[in-house]
Amino acid sequence: MRFYEHEAKDLLARHGVPLPQRRVALTPEDAATATSDLGGPVVLKSQVLSGGRMKAGGVRFADTPEEAAEAAEAILAIEINGLQPMGVLVEERGEVEQEYYAAVTWDAAVRRPVVIFSDMGGIDIEEVAEQHPEHLSRTHLSNLRPFSDFEAKLAVSRTGVTGNELNRLSRIVGALVQVFLAYDLTLAEINPIGRLAGGAFVALDSHVDMEEEARGTHARLLAGLGIPDEDTRQARPPTEFEIAGAQVDAADTRGVAGRVVEFGGNLGLIIGAGGGSLTLFDAVRGAGGDPANYCEIGGNPSVAKAAALTKLVMSKPGVEKIAVMMNVVSNTRVDIMARGVIKGVIEAGRDPAEAIAIFRIPGSWEDEGVKILERYGVEYVDRSVSMHEAAQRAVEKAAAGTGGG
Amino acid sequence: MSILIDADSTFIIQGITGREAVTMTRELLDYGARVVGGVTPGRKGRDVHGVPVEDTVRALTERMQVDGSIVAVPPAFAADAVLEAIEAGVKLIVVVTERIPRAQVARAIEYASQEGARIIGPNCLGVISPGKSKMGGIGGAADSTRRAFVPGVVGVMSRSGGMTTEIANALSEAGLGVSTAVSIGGDAMIGSTYAELMPLFEADEQTQGIAIYSEPGGPMEAQLAAHMAEHGSRLPVVAFMAGRFMDEMPGMRFGHAGTIVEGRADTTADKIARLEAAGIAVAERIEEIPALLRERIEGAD
Amino acid sequence: MAMFIRVDIDDSVQQDAGLRARLAEICPVDIFALEGERLETVESNLDECTICDLCIEAAGDAVRVVKLYEE
Repeated sequence: MRFYEHEAKDLLARHGVPLPQRRVALTPEDAATATSDLGGPVVLKSQVLSGGRMKAGGVRFADTPEEAAEAAEAILAIEINGLQPMGVLVEERGEVEQEYYAAVTWDAAVRRPVVIFSDMGGIDIEEVAEQHPEHLSRTHLSNLRPFSDFEAKLAVSRTGVTGNELNRLSRIVGALVQVFLAYDLTLAEINPIGRLAGGAFVALDSHVDMEEEARGTHARLLAGLGIPDEDTRQARPPTEFEIAGAQVDAADTRGVAGRVVEFGGNLGLIIGAGGGSLTLFDAVRGAGGDPANYCEIGGNPSVAKAAALTKLVMSKPGVEKIAVMMNVVSNTRVDIMARGVIKGVIEAGRDPAEAIAIFRIPGSWEDEGVKILERYGVEYVDRSVSMHEAAQRAVEKAAAGTGGG
Repeated sequence: MSILIDADSTFIIQGITGREAVTMTRELLDYGARVVGGVTPGRKGRDVHGVPVEDTVRALTERMQVDGSIVAVPPAFAADAVLEAIEAGVKLIVVVTERIPRAQVARAIEYASQEGARIIGPNCLGVISPGKSKMGGIGGAADSTRRAFVPGVVGVMSRSGGMTTEIANALSEAGLGVSTAVSIGGDAMIGSTYAELMPLFEADEQTQGIAIYSEPGGPMEAQLAAHMAEHGSRLPVVAFMAGRFMDEMPGMRFGHAGTIVEGRADTTADKIARLEAAGIAVAERIEEIPALLRERIEGAD
Repeated sequence: MAMFIRVDIDDSVQQDAGLRARLAEICPVDIFALEGERLETVESNLDECTICDLCIEAAGDAVRVVKLYEE
């Protein structure tokens, strides 16, 4: 999950990283007040979970409270990559003499954290790596031995930085590593670190991502930063349909019926599990189908849970038919799934024989499942029909259903 | 032959008294696997379907040969359980548990490599050498496992547990069958990648081809492509790539924890290009995999 | 309303406090509930029946699990 810049900076501040004086403003009036509090030239930055702020006009300068209010008003009106800013960060602005780059992330190939440092900050780091490799260092950390300060020094020194700068930058990089390790981050980046006229160093911008799985571990920290549980920090905010899907999953601990994502089509999908859902979603689209949703069902959910999810999908406006499909299942029971989807369809006021385009879940208790499906007149196929063939059939029936009413 | 496990492999289950683990124990014993012990702290002296339970891994390794361990304990205790098994000298550890923090997984993997042990997973369904043994919930109940996994010539590696069974079933129905199938795990960081398992399949006489299931996210497919380009292989490899639709939705999360697209190299388009450049055939549908493999296996003779 | 499963309990079960308690305890999906001196079925849990037969093993013919989809 991605943090807003001001949240990232609060984390850095806890570990002693030097930062500009700053305030978060939610309105132009707030921004004017913040600017007079800070008492000097400021920079105002859109607080949005996206890169490309500068290019989009989400970063502006101001010298007076009046200018700041104007700048904030402009910034708050700009959507960046489809995302609304939550506010504006107002920061004191000093003269920057040189910019540096520092980041800690996982090197998935070697499965260790890696510290990336460059004395050419402020520009695209991929470009530095390609054009000026001697200005960029990569220093891998041990997972077994605790981090020690010399590793930060090594990272900085490898780019040729020495003297007083080496010691000051090493302290910042060391603190960044501590932040990365303390909060189960997948990325802790400061870009740029600025050396101000007068020699002080400050972190000017920061990007921090936390591992999704670690949210529970750091619940208190997140609460302290004012981040509620339902704030998913995905690339777009959840829709009402998606929130309802998450509630279905949370209401019952048996199995998984979640990760509901809304799409605009007419074919509802009750699909599983992780890999099976990805495969089947591709298969439906490949066959020319128009999915109403994505979801993942697995781990042997209860009848109630499968029914609740089915009812939700079936009740979505524009959904005429649903396709119930999974890979050959090991743990999920076919008969339990058959009961669940039929129940959900009936609770939505529809006829299972009409509404369920196809049922393709091969696996345990399949014979019992077939008895249920036949009783309700639902079309089903066994493992001799592939996932792609089943998806094709569902798409054909959905198209016919739309045409014929 | 087969890789990682055969009919004689003995193993234990850490967290054996958990609800899912009890079912898994029954299924493993029914399949003929040699489950020789289990560990749940505080439950020493009990048994699960006749398998003796101890408080520690060492209590078992001190009195019997233990080739492997299945770790099926809750996420908060899973990494500790892996370290305990490695320290006790167990050389193959299958980690079933999902949602273990990445830093803890990385630590266990580094310790394993230092001690000459191998980790499969986390967030996986385990390993099966059909007709011989299986380690983990892969395939489910013994009779459905036998139906989907017929002994044969194809090695399977998959980031999805469920799709391991789907692909094995297609290979079995087509008469090719499976030598060993490995559910390698759906997380961003796992103990054994495709490229790391390839040399084992290379050395296995039974294996004549490889089928892999891939997803968006992570460097694993690029690593396999680089491995194939550098070392070549006697084994034809056919890959299936799921989640192609995710290329249009960077930053959105679908499927396993490891699938999030963070950069260009994480997309399916990039992965497919790399795999194909390394001579790996990429199937459009699961049902194409057997024919693509058969052509290449027969062509190689 | 349960759509798939009905569970019939004979009067003989109602005479046997030990059996009533045992049935309430063993069902993995809590289909049986003790209501004072009687054993009742829980309407909302009937369709969750996994056909594990633990109740039949405990009570023999005195409990019947009826699959409504077979009728």
